[in-house]
Amino acid sequence: MNSASEAGSRADLTTLYKGLFLAAVAAFVLVPLVATALGGFKSLGELRTNPFGLPQVWEWSNYGDILWSARYWQLLGNSMVIAIFSVILTLIVASMAAFVFAHITFFGSRMLMSYITMGLLFPASTAILPLFIKVRDLGLLDTYFGVVLPQVAFSLAMSILLLRRFFKDLPEELLEAALVDGCSYLNFFRYVTLPLSRPILATVGTIAFVHSWNAYLLPLVMLNTDSLYPWPLGIMVYQGEYSAEWHLILAFITLTILPTIILFLFAQKHIVAGLTAGAVKG
Amino acid sequence: MASTAISLRRRDGAFTAIILFLPPALLLFTLFVVVPIVEAAWYSGFNWNGFGTPTRWVGWNNYIAVFNTRAFHLALRNNGLIILVSLLIQLPLALGLALVLAERFRGAVALRMLFFLPYVLAEIATGLIFSFVYDGDYGLLASIYRMFGAEAPHLLASPDTAMLAILIVVVWKYFGFHMMLFIAALQGMDRNLVEAARIDGASRGQVLRYIVIPLLYPTIRLSVFFAIVGSLQLFDLVMPLTRGGPADSSQTMVSFLYTHGVTRMRVGFGSAIGVILFVICATFAFTYKRWVMRDE
Repeated sequence: MNSASEAGSRADLTTLYKGLFLAAVAAFVLVPLVATALGGFKSLGELRTNPFGLPQVWEWSNYGDILWSARYWQLLGNSMVIAIFSVILTLIVASMAAFVFAHITFFGSRMLMSYITMGLLFPASTAILPLFIKVRDLGLLDTYFGVVLPQVAFSLAMSILLLRRFFKDLPEELLEAALVDGCSYLNFFRYVTLPLSRPILATVGTIAFVHSWNAYLLPLVMLNTDSLYPWPLGIMVYQGEYSAEWHLILAFITLTILPTIILFLFAQKHIVAGLTAGAVKG
Repeated sequence: MASTAISLRRRDGAFTAIILFLPPALLLFTLFVVVPIVEAAWYSGFNWNGFGTPTRWVGWNNYIAVFNTRAFHLALRNNGLIILVSLLIQLPLALGLALVLAERFRGAVALRMLFFLPYVLAEIATGLIFSFVYDGDYGLLASIYRMFGAEAPHLLASPDTAMLAILIVVVWKYFGFHMMLFIAALQGMDRNLVEAARIDGASRGQVLRYIVIPLLYPTIRLSVFFAIVGSLQLFDLVMPLTRGGPADSSQTMVSFLYTHGVTRMRVGFGSAIGVILFVICATFAFTYKRWVMRDE
């Protein structure tokens, strides 16, 4: 009886410690985010005296002015265009190559596969200067594709690995039967492989989208015109212009990360699975 | 007879598929990944501002110049610090959280998502949020100091504290990703082993130490791999916080490459940094995969 209650109180204590631990980490994550969002509703003076609490006066105009400005929508639009092109190109190019690597063995196929896997070894930043010169010489500097093409190229290794593994796991008999019935590889790819591979295409697409949406270094080096800037570049410019007016900067930050947060809430399963699967299976 | 026809047609079909499907990937990869890396090695032997063709061959001088730059030593030290913090603070934190949150209770899933959220946010936005948190006049930290009547420090403006401030943001941003890796591994784990051990009288601590943690070794090795590779690439987070300053005290390898190579268009010097970083990344990835993750 005694030992049972002792064990019980020890369990209570463990639960208490766990709860405290979780609450501390949750506060560590949440406080900067919430303070940022609320800070966007304050005046600069109030921000200084009351950075944590709810605003005494809600300054809707901070957010309103940004939302009604062409600048904000242009930044998001540019990011969206670059991300969509990157996702589509990555999916098409990577799934075609992965299909060949999964189903056709030919002289040199293993070598070519290892050639592409080399791409996992290093980040784009190591070759950023020659990459800049290459994009310049191709006449792609200051265009969306100057960002999109290198982005796709550097995501190919991971995407092809993920797709190839999935294609290989599809039942081999499907391909055998289709080929015997006179279906070509191309039609099999188009009418069987792709429709069956929606989950992995969603995963690879999600990874490509998030990486492109958040990218900073490549657009920074490849784009010079404000009107082409994706939002991470634009927000740095904005911060440079309004350096001490933190209330406006906070509102701008909040509005630029809002799309990510909304997407995350709606597609959290895909995003978590995509970003961790990309890591684990690569 | 018929089967030869089929296999012939099949061979032709395979040939068509190879010819149509492989070139786009190979072309993009070669043009934008492989060629630039090879060119970086070539350019690193020149003194060149990027215009015209490189003609002033300087041999190893760019590498010597890199190794003699103070910022390079600071960048190496800082990348080391990031790895150290990732291994000694972030990894245990992620593992501890995963052990708690892998169990089913109300709110567990919501907390997992909350902790993963920073990983999804852009580094640039995260950096800006924390430059507000650390701001000596308006920031959250400053107001905590003022609450206790103390003078608020400008963490990011001092060479002694700037890197420390960045390290905290690194943990904030990435612990959730490592936690998710561990949760996925824990959920895929065979519960029978744990239950059998409990029935045989093993305490919770013993089960953790002798069963759960050893079963997690592959994931721990993976998590260490990503922590190290990620730290070598750290750049976006540094730019909004400090741009590598003050006085180069918070440079990382990539921010050093950007501020000393790209912005000044010193192609040879910057390429030399790139090649050094490439050699570090490739050597690490090879040795780690060969010696540490050889079973997987």
